[in-house]
Amino acid sequence: MRLYNKSAHELHDLLVKKEISSVELTKDVLARLDETENNIQAYIDVTRETALQEAEKADKNIAAGEAISYFEGIPGAIKDNICTKGVKTTCASRMLENFVPPYNATVMEKLQTERPVILGKANMDEFAMGGSTENSAFHPTHNPWNADCVPGGSSGGSAAAVAAGSAIWALGSDTGGSIRQPASFCGVVGMKPTYGRVSRYGLVAFASSLDQIGPLTRDVTDCAHLLQAIAGNDKYDSTSSASEVPDYTKSLVEDVKGLKIGIPKEFFVKGMDAEVETAVRDAIRKLESLGANVQEISLPHTEYAISVYYLIAPAEAATNLERYDGVSYGARVDGVDVVDMMTKTRSEKFGEEVKRRILIGNYALSAGYYDAYYLKALKVRRLIKEDYDKAFGQVDVIVTPTAPTPAYKIGEMSNDPLKMYLQDIYTVPLNLAGLPGISLPCGYSGQKLPIGLQIIGKPLDEATVLRTAYTYEQSQSFHKEMAEVKA
Amino acid sequence: MVSIVAKVSKEDLEMVAVLSRLEVPEQDKEKHLRQLDSFLQYVDNLSTVNTDTVEPLAHVLPIHNVFREDEVRPSLDRELALSNAPLKEDGYFKVPKILED
Repeated sequence: MRLYNKSAHELHDLLVKKEISSVELTKDVLARLDETENNIQAYIDVTRETALQEAEKADKNIAAGEAISYFEGIPGAIKDNICTKGVKTTCASRMLENFVPPYNATVMEKLQTERPVILGKANMDEFAMGGSTENSAFHPTHNPWNADCVPGGSSGGSAAAVAAGSAIWALGSDTGGSIRQPASFCGVVGMKPTYGRVSRYGLVAFASSLDQIGPLTRDVTDCAHLLQAIAGNDKYDSTSSASEVPDYTKSLVEDVKGLKIGIPKEFFVKGMDAEVETAVRDAIRKLESLGANVQEISLPHTEYAISVYYLIAPAEAATNLERYDGVSYGARVDGVDVVDMMTKTRSEKFGEEVKRRILIGNYALSAGYYDAYYLKALKVRRLIKEDYDKAFGQVDVIVTPTAPTPAYKIGEMSNDPLKMYLQDIYTVPLNLAGLPGISLPCGYSGQKLPIGLQIIGKPLDEATVLRTAYTYEQSQSFHKEMAEVKA
Repeated sequence: MVSIVAKVSKEDLEMVAVLSRLEVPEQDKEKHLRQLDSFLQYVDNLSTVNTDTVEPLAHVLPIHNVFREDEVRPSLDRELALSNAPLKEDGYFKVPKILED
């Protein structure tokens, strides 16, 4: 029996009933990885040996009759910008090609208490900058539904692994859509939690006021459990929320009766992809038929979100990436003096997109332009946030497409950075406003590429987002389809 | 509101590259200028928004400093802290000479 195509909750049940062992499961997922990885290239590093050791340990615990946690013995992938103690964490960059973290990210410490099997580190756009995983310094990742297409990004390796069956679950990170958009492109579930819900300690920083770690899974049930495993306050992240983490499994009920759903008119504009619009409108009608009250709302500053995001995120990135100076860790290229050494190191070891964003960021922050660009962006950021505050005075959740189109061809956008940035229009506002959002499959294009539905919630109200997503998911079967990856 | 978009000059680009500790090869400068220009033209839509009475929002949370007691506690072992250093010597990070003799 093949096991790679099951969800974590199905596998957990089989492990509890002792119908399968974790070693058997891990070997099956590794076999799937061997079948698919040539075409998909979801991983930067596969930690085969430690994965099997972890599986053996899980089997011993299960045999000893110990309480079995949800992800115990179930194999998953970790985005390669999340620090894993003793295991290389490269950020898909030549700069960190040999970086071995001496400590674990808090999410890894939390996950370890569940005793999962870690299969390896997933590919991504370098330093999480990009929406296609083409910016990895090592290799692009391919979409399991069509290997000529991108998997989305920047958590493209995580999404592709879950979609291909080379991982049952994965962790990603989302700064402007980097979990939700690849989830949409790969037909899996991906959630960006509220800013502060999950600790960022040990996440290699890109844009610190926007970054969040979150789950990528086969279905909403697994998403709720994975969020449960990683959420919570952390003394090592002063921006992590002190508010209590609710029991997200209570959200796994089919109930949207009386739920007020807002549909922002600014998100449905002339010229949007017809198949995406049809799939999303069908999903909204489905939620309405299940008892939700749907109303049109307005988020008038939506058209400025891309500008605001692409000034703020590069400005924060330019500052965060100053630390790569060839001294304490990371690569180093020798020079005639210290400035020359730093300049050579950064010029040779950062990729094109990273350099482009550092230049944009420092330009926006530089004397003479600071007020016009960076400060202006911060002011309009407030207006965007206030749009959402106002909207959430009227509705419980907001439903939109996740991405304007299904996955596009590899190479199609890579020569036009601005065109690629515009793809992020539906996802970046949530990061700017700090809101939680989920993407889940709501249909397929005529080319059989997945389409994602985005559900946005109030701050720290992941529970309602998950309940809405679960109710919709149970009403159809899109999430049960798996990509047929050719070996 | 007045549009603030101006053509980025080669000198601007070179200044930002120095600030960023990045070399921009001569043959790539034109491409960078073109991309930066089209980017700045796009983000110029912000200049149409009236923000005269709007406070900047750097962070969605009400951020304040978090203090703790200044107590000795275990920290990263020195060897481990140095384990990723490209060059080290006698328990220190090693950098090119900064001061003249």
